[in-house]
Amino acid sequence: MKEGRPRSFYVLAIFFAAYVLFLYGPMIAIYVLSFQGPQGGLTFPMNGVSTFWIAKLFQGTGIVDLGAAFHRSLLLGIIVMILTVVLSVAAGMAFRRKFRAQSILFYSAIASLIVPSIITSLGISLEFRIIDDLIKAHWNENFETSMGLLTSGLGAHLTWTLPFGLLIMFAIFNRFDPRLEEAARDLGATPWQTFRHVVLPIILPSVIGIGLFGFTLSWDELARSSQAIGAVNTLPLDLQGLTTTVTNPDIYALGTVISAVSFTVIALALGTIHMLNKRQAAKGSDAGKGLV
Amino acid sequence: MSEEVLQQAAPGLIPGSGTARAAKLTRLSPSFISWLQAGPMMLVFLAFFLIPLVFVVIVSFWDYNEYQLLPAFSGRGYTDTFEGCIAQLPDLCTIGRTYVMTLKLCFMVWAITLFIGFWVAYFLAFHVKSKTWQMGLSLLCTIPFWTSNVIRMIAWIPLLGRNGLVNSGLVKAGLINQPLEWLLFSEFSVVLALVHLFTFFMVVPIFNSMVRIDKSLIEAAYDAGASGFQTLVNVIIPLAKPGIVIGSIFVITIVMGDFITIGVMGGQQIAAAGKIIETRVNALQFPAAAANAVILLAITFLIITMMSRIVDIKKEL
Repeated sequence: MKEGRPRSFYVLAIFFAAYVLFLYGPMIAIYVLSFQGPQGGLTFPMNGVSTFWIAKLFQGTGIVDLGAAFHRSLLLGIIVMILTVVLSVAAGMAFRRKFRAQSILFYSAIASLIVPSIITSLGISLEFRIIDDLIKAHWNENFETSMGLLTSGLGAHLTWTLPFGLLIMFAIFNRFDPRLEEAARDLGATPWQTFRHVVLPIILPSVIGIGLFGFTLSWDELARSSQAIGAVNTLPLDLQGLTTTVTNPDIYALGTVISAVSFTVIALALGTIHMLNKRQAAKGSDAGKGLV
Repeated sequence: MSEEVLQQAAPGLIPGSGTARAAKLTRLSPSFISWLQAGPMMLVFLAFFLIPLVFVVIVSFWDYNEYQLLPAFSGRGYTDTFEGCIAQLPDLCTIGRTYVMTLKLCFMVWAITLFIGFWVAYFLAFHVKSKTWQMGLSLLCTIPFWTSNVIRMIAWIPLLGRNGLVNSGLVKAGLINQPLEWLLFSEFSVVLALVHLFTFFMVVPIFNSMVRIDKSLIEAAYDAGASGFQTLVNVIIPLAKPGIVIGSIFVITIVMGDFITIGVMGGQQIAAAGKIIETRVNALQFPAAAANAVILLAITFLIITMMSRIVDIKKEL
């Protein structure tokens, strides 16, 4: 088992490589196809190379009002990201002690993750419809709707991102050495100081990971938005609408632009995490590693 | 004793010594702080998940006409859903056929994602020795999960379409005379896309279970004369079972409720449990949509309960 690599290694390495190709191959195909010439169609071979379709998207002459949907999705993604980070870190801290309703919160998060999105989405839309009806009946007859991007839409996205945030916090604190906090307390730090100067710097790389999940999951969210977003569309909804009608590379160009944002955010987050880890390795103390 | 075990398994979950605990008592009460910390997340789940679920159940028993909800008790949502089910016996009615189709898709996707997920996780956990490589390769598997599902679906169009790469390649190679029609907008493409999108949910939990397996157990099995296959069946699979079950729950519940992938990749032609709900909502028949949601929820819940009999989820996180 120790020297050389067993034959199974090579078999599985090929299997793994095939899986990675399966994951990325089709995506790369549409990125390439979105840079076709103006006469390009939906499939290979490429019909010339240009940025015609991408430019068309940005000029707003395409089929979608890209600018408005883009801004809506970006705004929602950023708000979801911030709330996911703050609420998950706070709740993750709470789980380190026993408290009542602990298992209710835990099972709510797990259920929210696995109850089919269409049901959650339908429920939110029913809830807001009923609220609207109540407002119309009792307070304001001309009231239109309380459903919208930052009410029902935001809530729908949070039911999807918060479970991931909470599970990441569990993973973080499974590896966290509580003696560091005790040391801070023994030295007279208040709970807030302990959190701010001891806990947070240690968990920061993973917290950025939570933010990455929060933004990207919201940016691409579709199933939960479908019934709960209200009158306006987010980018993925526009894109889904196009799948049934479009016959030219518009749709690939839109896909490429949406992915470009995702990849930028992923790169920024991973870069920051890498930098923070390196800094921790370089400047972190050797406390707790025993006497040498 | 149980605290000691937990302390070993998950040192972070149990706060430290008694002295630290005593010191904390002099400040804000710990339970108050816990409420403050966990409260906001609880409120979000209450307002946007638990209460909406209650509304789904309530509205499923309401009446409706062509354009609005009528808040009066009625079983119409359910009777409309099961219309003709008894009259058509022994043939299956629409809802019956839809669920058979959904379960069939579910089973195929589950079997394939389990196979791929298991071996991908196995490779990462046991064959990749360096931590850096393990991180890098796991990341490679995770990145697509952070990108758009719809894009990953339409990405199959240039490959599987009538004039797509696969068809033109096969025609050129002389294997077929005319393009295969079943490659795109078919059951095949739905299963392919679902596997493509959701194998990730299988890889992560199985990998998590596998990296926790003590390597000396495997060496012990070898030393005791077990073959590679025997080690796999008698040591690795039993120890990876929690991950397998959790991954299976994820994949099955996602496919049970899916309507987007089945819609886009099935060319809007394949009926599925999630799609009925969408169709009913689009027709503004909310009680019927809610009734279907309750049925779907009940079936999903049944599957999860059966599976979680095999493993205690809470212990595994």
